[in-house]
Amino acid sequence: MELSRLPGFLLRRGVKAVIVILAIVVCNFLLIHAAPGDPASVIAGQSGAADERFLAQLREQFGLDRPFHVQLWIYLKGVLTLDLGFSHRQQQPVWGLISERLPATLLLTGAAFAFAVVAGVTLGTLAARRVGSWSDSIITVIALTFYATPLFWVGLMLVLFFSVWLEWLPSFGMGTVGVELHGIDAVLDVGKHLLLPAATLGLFYLAVYARLTRATMLEVADQDFVKTARAKGVPEGQVVRRHVLRNALLPVITFAGIQAGQLIGGSILVETVFAWPGIGRLAFDALLARDYAVLLGVFFCTSVMVVGFNLLTDLLYAVVDPRVEVEG
Amino acid sequence: MSDFWRRFRRNRGAVVGLVILALVIALAALAPVIYPGSPWDMATAPFVPPGEEGMLLGSDSLGRDVAAGIAHGARISLMVGAVSTVAALLIGVTLGAIAGYLGGVADDAVMRFTEFFQTIPSFVFAILLVAIFTPTIGSVVFAIAVVSWPPVARVVRAEFLSLRSREFVQAAEVLGKSRVAIVVTDILPNALSPIVVLSSLMVASAILLESALSFLGLGDPNLMTWGFLIGAGRSVIRLAWWMSVFPGLAIFLTVLALNLVGEGLSDALNPRLARRRAGGAL
Repeated sequence: MELSRLPGFLLRRGVKAVIVILAIVVCNFLLIHAAPGDPASVIAGQSGAADERFLAQLREQFGLDRPFHVQLWIYLKGVLTLDLGFSHRQQQPVWGLISERLPATLLLTGAAFAFAVVAGVTLGTLAARRVGSWSDSIITVIALTFYATPLFWVGLMLVLFFSVWLEWLPSFGMGTVGVELHGIDAVLDVGKHLLLPAATLGLFYLAVYARLTRATMLEVADQDFVKTARAKGVPEGQVVRRHVLRNALLPVITFAGIQAGQLIGGSILVETVFAWPGIGRLAFDALLARDYAVLLGVFFCTSVMVVGFNLLTDLLYAVVDPRVEVEG
Repeated sequence: MSDFWRRFRRNRGAVVGLVILALVIALAALAPVIYPGSPWDMATAPFVPPGEEGMLLGSDSLGRDVAAGIAHGARISLMVGAVSTVAALLIGVTLGAIAGYLGGVADDAVMRFTEFFQTIPSFVFAILLVAIFTPTIGSVVFAIAVVSWPPVARVVRAEFLSLRSREFVQAAEVLGKSRVAIVVTDILPNALSPIVVLSSLMVASAILLESALSFLGLGDPNLMTWGFLIGAGRSVIRLAWWMSVFPGLAIFLTVLALNLVGEGLSDALNPRLARRRAGGAL
């Protein structure tokens, strides 16, 4: 699109994102109230930390004796100032717990995403260039397999194969326990621990992107501008890279935006399997402890991440493709 | 009907899928006959490897028969898959029909609502729902239905949008039929084939979702499920690989079969329809 129309487009998308985030906050609030029992006891956790005095304090803090809309307003104000509540299990503010774990999750999902895009687009390109060849049938089989396999089971099987049987790679954590590493060694150590979880999370999307790339490349390859490029003698490799692949990447961007939520959901399972110290693992621990404040906080933060990522793909798409419609 | 069957059969993968699915259903139906008694009961010594002491697929850390767990788990997986899909269809078809048939403001409102549910990380939301409403089979089904209806609403809306201006609908309107009657008896039957294809894929994703929830310990504590078996085998994977491998294979085969059947249905019901496949990332 023309750059002059970009600010308006971004503004509309921004407003939409804010509305979605507000709706998520309201959704959280309603969930606390829909739960069986008193919201105060829900927030405090079902057992353990909740004595009477503490519950009374919580009721007052959330204004549970006041009208419904006032309560919603109090809750909304809290969340928007990043006050996501207090984890009485861990004796820490929820936002502190989450922000501490966020980098690990971003590293995991980022690595998985990069792996899926690079490997998926490469495989898809190979398959599209030789329709019906071995690489073509391989991506079909990979896609069918990973569509049908539970993510956490893929992780366990990789652990079984690479950690238990071959003893090549570590099976849990983000670094070797009990050794001090510096500089490049520390990076390599994290990298080694990252390999299996990132592959687990990325394999499914690899299959998706490979299929998507293959389909759109075949579609684009038939179009006139590609024929023109060939007719004027552009070398084949350049036709594929500059003319076909560049256009075929657009659906991949769109799809990446749509699937951001699934990627984050998947990271909860992968982090649980590999004891990766991110917010997914935090959510799992909170689940075991029935620590609802943390769970609600994780839901809010992951939703915000997804909305942010969608905004980013919108922007990317608008910049890359001049034909994108500015409405909506 | 014979035409349908002929087109379905032409897709060899779909026939294989149908056979696997029939076997899984048979296993689920016959579980109490093949493995009488509770799958929670101790059957032999702990950690018996597959094939020894009459344990086809080995035993777990408490001496329970893994094969019995898988057979009984098949009942829960198929049941949760089917029931939550029906529930999701009810929500999705209703909303999609309202949006597509009425159009205008109603359409806008429903589509914004649908978009919201497609934006939020659905698995995290499902976890939250089950955790807050305490893990029971009912809350699991409810959570799966709540996160899986949006694709149905979209497909149904698109079908209704294109069907509502067709002559037979206009004729029904002129005849003075009520809106509800038109939607149910005239439009819906014509929109059925994409819904049928989508449902088989939804059962597949629902089974994956259920297994992921029970793997995290969010299954009904009284029911033996595939995800629970894998979760129980996770911590002892170095000791007893069979505890996590076989239940996972059961999930894989069932979900694969449903996906293949979905493709076959798609070929058979609408040869021109682009192959749609809804995958779960779980």
